[in-house]
Amino acid sequence: MSVSRSDVTQIAQLARLTIADGALDDVTDRFSRILTLVDQLQQVPTEGVEPMSNPHDMTQRLRSDEVTEVNQREALQTVAPEVEQGYFLVPRVID
Amino acid sequence: MTSELHERSALELSRALQEREISSVELTTALLQRIRARDDALNSVITVTEEQALKEAQAADALLARGEAGPLTGVPLLHKDIFCTQGVRTSCASRMLDNFIPPYDATVVSKLRAAGTVSLGKTNMDEFAMGSSNETSYYGPCHNPWDLDRVPGGSSGGSAAAVAAGFAPLATGTDTGGSIRQPAALCGITGLKPTYGRVSRLGIIAFASSLDQAGPMTRSVADAALMLNAMCGVDAGDSTSADVPTPNFLDALSGDIQGLRIGIPKQYFSADLNPRVATQIHQALGELTARGALLVDIDLPHTHQGIATYYVIAPAEASANLSRFDGVRFGYRCDNPQDLTDLYQRSRSEGFGEEVQRRILVGTYALSAGFYDAYFKKAQQVRRIISNDFKQAFESCDVIAGPAAPGVAFKIGDKTADPLAMYMEDVYTLSVNLAGLPGMSIPAGQVDGLPIGLQLIGRPFDEATLLRVGHLFQESTDWHLQRPALGASQ
Repeated sequence: MSVSRSDVTQIAQLARLTIADGALDDVTDRFSRILTLVDQLQQVPTEGVEPMSNPHDMTQRLRSDEVTEVNQREALQTVAPEVEQGYFLVPRVID
Repeated sequence: MTSELHERSALELSRALQEREISSVELTTALLQRIRARDDALNSVITVTEEQALKEAQAADALLARGEAGPLTGVPLLHKDIFCTQGVRTSCASRMLDNFIPPYDATVVSKLRAAGTVSLGKTNMDEFAMGSSNETSYYGPCHNPWDLDRVPGGSSGGSAAAVAAGFAPLATGTDTGGSIRQPAALCGITGLKPTYGRVSRLGIIAFASSLDQAGPMTRSVADAALMLNAMCGVDAGDSTSADVPTPNFLDALSGDIQGLRIGIPKQYFSADLNPRVATQIHQALGELTARGALLVDIDLPHTHQGIATYYVIAPAEASANLSRFDGVRFGYRCDNPQDLTDLYQRSRSEGFGEEVQRRILVGTYALSAGFYDAYFKKAQQVRRIISNDFKQAFESCDVIAGPAAPGVAFKIGDKTADPLAMYMEDVYTLSVNLAGLPGMSIPAGQVDGLPIGLQLIGRPFDEATLLRVGHLFQESTDWHLQRPALGASQ
C-alpha cells in the first residue's frame, strides 16, 4: 500500500511533527515502502487469534492503595525548560 | 601487569581485587586512561564520568580493605546512554535529551552500583535505540574496533565496541529487536538479552515497552552470568518485571550438554544469510555436537513475517512512548515558540532525528482510526502466532541455535539510504523479542577477519541453559578471546 503526500502531512500533524517541504517526497516514498513491507502481515490468516500485547500474557499486578512516593516537584522541575512558581511555562494559550 | 588489565575478564579482575593484587582505583585509572587515549577513533563513549568513577573506586577499595566486598565490588563498567543516571546527562543519543540530567537512577544502575561496580561513563547508541548500526546517534557514528570503516551494529553499538576494545570488561545494553545481540555479534563479544520481565525497565528510556529488555554485554559468558546476577529481579517500580525466582546464574556454568537437543530453524539459514557466515555457524554447532548435544530440525514458519510484525508493534509503541517529548517538562525546547502547537511541533521536529521521526509516523499511522485493526491488531495477532511457533518448536528441543545477524559488520553509510535494508539486520533476532524469550549471541568464528555471532534462544526464564551451552562452547573454543587490533595490548 502506498500513501500520498497529503496523507503523510496529516499523519505528521497527528504526531505533532512538521515535515519540511523539501523532504516531503522522500519521507512519503520511504513511508510507502515500509507500508509495503508491513503489508506482508496480510498473508497470515489470523481469524480467531487473540491479539498478544504482553509476551507472557501477564496481567497488571496490583498493589495496596497507599501513598508510597514523596513529593519531589523541585527535583523533577530542575530539568524543565521553563518554570515559574512550581508551574511549567508554555506560550500563552488564551488571549 | 597493569598493561594487561584491560584484557582480563570481570571474574579475573574480581579475584585480583579480592586478593588485593590490584586496587579498584588502579584499575579504574588504567581504563579511564585507555578510553582517553583511544576513544577518539571509536566514538564509543558519549560521556566519561572520571571524577565520579574515581570516587566510586575509592569507596570500593575501602569495602575491599574491610573484607565487605561482593564479587563485583570495584569492577568498572559502562552504561548505555539509555539508562537514567542521577546527576549524569542521559541523552539517549538524541538532541532531544542533549540537556537531560535525570533526577533518579534506573533500577539496573542502582542495582549494579549497590553491587559495587564503578561506572566509567555512558556509551554511544542509535538515537532512542532505533537502528542497527549506531549511525542514527546525534553524537555521530560509533566505529567498529575490528575495522574503523565499519559499523559496530546497534543500537547498543557503543557498549559493544567499548567492551571489544577493552575500555571496560562489562557494559549494559538494551534489546528491543536485537540491539544487544546484533552489535555483540558484529564486535565479537557476548551479549545476552534476558527474558522479557527478568530485568526491571524502570529508568530505561522507553522505546517499545512490550519488547524492551536490558542485559549484559561482556567478553565471556561467565561474565554475563556474573553481571546478570546483579541486574535481575522483580521491581515494584516496573509492573511488567516478572515475580519469578532468580537463580544464581554462575551455577548454570557447570554441567554438561550430553543429550541436550538443539533446534535448528531452517528459516534462519535461508537466502538472506551470508553463506560464509552459515559455514561458520555450522562449524560452531559441530563443537556442540562433539560435546554430546543433538541437532534437531525445527520450523519457525513465520520468521519472515516477524519483520512486518515488529515494524508495526515497535513503532506503534514508540509513537505512544515518545509523545512525552513535547518541549514542556524536560528535554529540548525550540526557540521562540509562537503558540503551543508551534512549541510541540518544532521542539519535536528539531529534537528528533530522521529515523525516530520515521518510526513515530509509521506508529501513529498504525494506531490511527481506520487502520488500527488492519495494522496494529493484526500485528498483535501475528505476534501470538509467532510466539506459538516457538512454543511448538520447544516441544522437540531444549534450546534453539542459529546466526545472530545475516552478515558481518558492514561499511558505515552502506545502509543509511535504505531503511528496509537496515531493518533486515534484525531478521533473526526480533522474533525473539516478540515472543519475550531469552537470546544470547556469542563469538563463533570470523569471516575476512570480522567476527560473527552464534545466537542461542531459550525457553522463557531459561537463561541458565543459554549460559551453560555458551560457557561450554567458550571452554572448547577461543573465538571469544580474539581481540581487535585496537583492543590488543601495546
